Amino acid sequence: MGILFATPWIFGFLLFLLYPLVASFGTSFTNYSILRPPKWIGVSNYRELAQDAVFHTALKNTLVYVIGAVPLGTVLAIALALLLNSRVKGLPVYRTLLFLPTLVPMVAQATLFLWVFNGDYGILNAALRGLGMNPPNWLGDPGWAKGTLIVLAGWGCGQAMVIYLAGLQNVPVSLYEAAELDGATAWQKTRNVTLPMISPVIMFNVIMGMIGAIQVFAVPQVMFPGGAPARSTYMFAMYLYDNAFLFQRMGYASAMAWVMFVIILLLTLVALRISDRYVHYETN
Amino acid sequence: MRRTDLSTRLKWLRTAATHVALVAASTLFVMPMLWMLTTAVKPIEETMTSPPRWIPSQVLWENFPKAVTYGSEQLGYIPFLAYAVNTSIITVLCVIGSVVSNAVVGYSFARLRWPGRDLFFGITLATMMVPFPVTMVPSFALFKWLGWVGTFKPLWVPSFFAGAFSIFLLRQFFKTIPMDLAEAAKIDGASEFQIFSDIILPLSRPALAVTALFTFMGAWNDFLGPLIYLVDQRTFTLSLGLQAYQTQHGGTPWNLLMAASAMVILPVVIVFFFAQKAFIQGIATSGLK
Repeated sequence: MGILFATPWIFGFLLFLLYPLVASFGTSFTNYSILRPPKWIGVSNYRELAQDAVFHTALKNTLVYVIGAVPLGTVLAIALALLLNSRVKGLPVYRTLLFLPTLVPMVAQATLFLWVFNGDYGILNAALRGLGMNPPNWLGDPGWAKGTLIVLAGWGCGQAMVIYLAGLQNVPVSLYEAAELDGATAWQKTRNVTLPMISPVIMFNVIMGMIGAIQVFAVPQVMFPGGAPARSTYMFAMYLYDNAFLFQRMGYASAMAWVMFVIILLLTLVALRISDRYVHYETN
Repeated sequence: MRRTDLSTRLKWLRTAATHVALVAASTLFVMPMLWMLTTAVKPIEETMTSPPRWIPSQVLWENFPKAVTYGSEQLGYIPFLAYAVNTSIITVLCVIGSVVSNAVVGYSFARLRWPGRDLFFGITLATMMVPFPVTMVPSFALFKWLGWVGTFKPLWVPSFFAGAFSIFLLRQFFKTIPMDLAEAAKIDGASEFQIFSDIILPLSRPALAVTALFTFMGAWNDFLGPLIYLVDQRTFTLSLGLQAYQTQHGGTPWNLLMAASAMVILPVVIVFFFAQKAFIQGIATSGLK
């Protein structure tokens, strides 16, 4: 009887997950386009990936993005959550304002930031010029374009912020009272009570954030078609998409997808290993 | 006397510093959206001034209808309206499918016993790590074989087969409902399905609302799915349409582009303000464990 209730997911799991998972693994060893039947070519796709300079650029861009966006988003989200966890007036208003950017659909985000970062008429450069700076051409300079994507990731940290805030509110007040009795300063309380208590939440969100960031697609695709300028924003998922649907190289795209999957598994493993040492889990 | 004086002053200072930091952060976060709104109602010449002006000399509300009908002469239909209708159809079907299927499946994992349940649940959670591109190519081939490419079906049919994230969310919620309610109903002769539909579901409205909200956001937001499966511009969603406006030859004027963006965001903001509590709570619980 119970299994009857689970049937939608059993079918969903088999049809939309397990079958494609197995099939894409098989496909990654073939030469395949939707027009021609797959032809077995062994590990050629993987060997080609090892030598594909465009793939290496895309991989490097993506790793730079992950290394920039995930820590920025995490630190910003925790800092804002700590501010929101204080007892001052107007907190619901602040929370709503800080959360609003996460409601903006990705393509609208991309469009909006093309305009905000616009070198001539954007408000960002107007503000920087107002401060007496000589701002860069964000969107056209290969050295800065990736930076706009990272800033955008920080702008959308509201979702993580809400999660951290909930984590902070779960920290028992008695722990703070005990720390106060021992004469702890505000910083010591944050460092030795708050952060260890929310460390499992941090770990979970960092892992999910990494998995999401590696797959970044919509925003760079809309803001920087083809990874312009000079392929500096050409991301892993964009090259993968182009191979699958533009160049009709679906076997090659599948091999890339499996490389992505393995990277995700490795990063998760590393994160869990680190968490063994630093993350504090309640035992009771 | 002195000591309390000092500590109240310190407390006051800390409160002030918190407000300053929160005001600064909120301003930075909201600024781009205000910039979008003022650009949307500006005359085109005023979008291209340096330094930019915040307050337009006149407020052109007609930019909104202009953005809606932009390009309709060449296309023979009103593109923005078509995109909005398409997006709404897909989103509504996804929400229905996701709420119904995930409620049933979540209930099965939370309250019913069957062989292999816990193992399968573990596997289900692990599937959240599978990146979309891994399943992308074979799924495309499958839908192509079914003749569904170019239709909305690849975008909404899978939502009727549940998904790991929502199953998890609902299972956690169902588990918090006390068992004795169901036991009592069982003694009175209620079937498993009656217990589910008459007792559990009415008690689970908040969790179902969260599932609906997340599905709504996901479907409204989706870019890669429509990009892969939709071919004819008439069947595009708002996300694809917005991109098309933008990359179009010659480029769409910035004021109209911002007006169109604002209209794409508006439904999400409205839903958020009506369901703010469910929203925030849902996100909080989804990320805690």
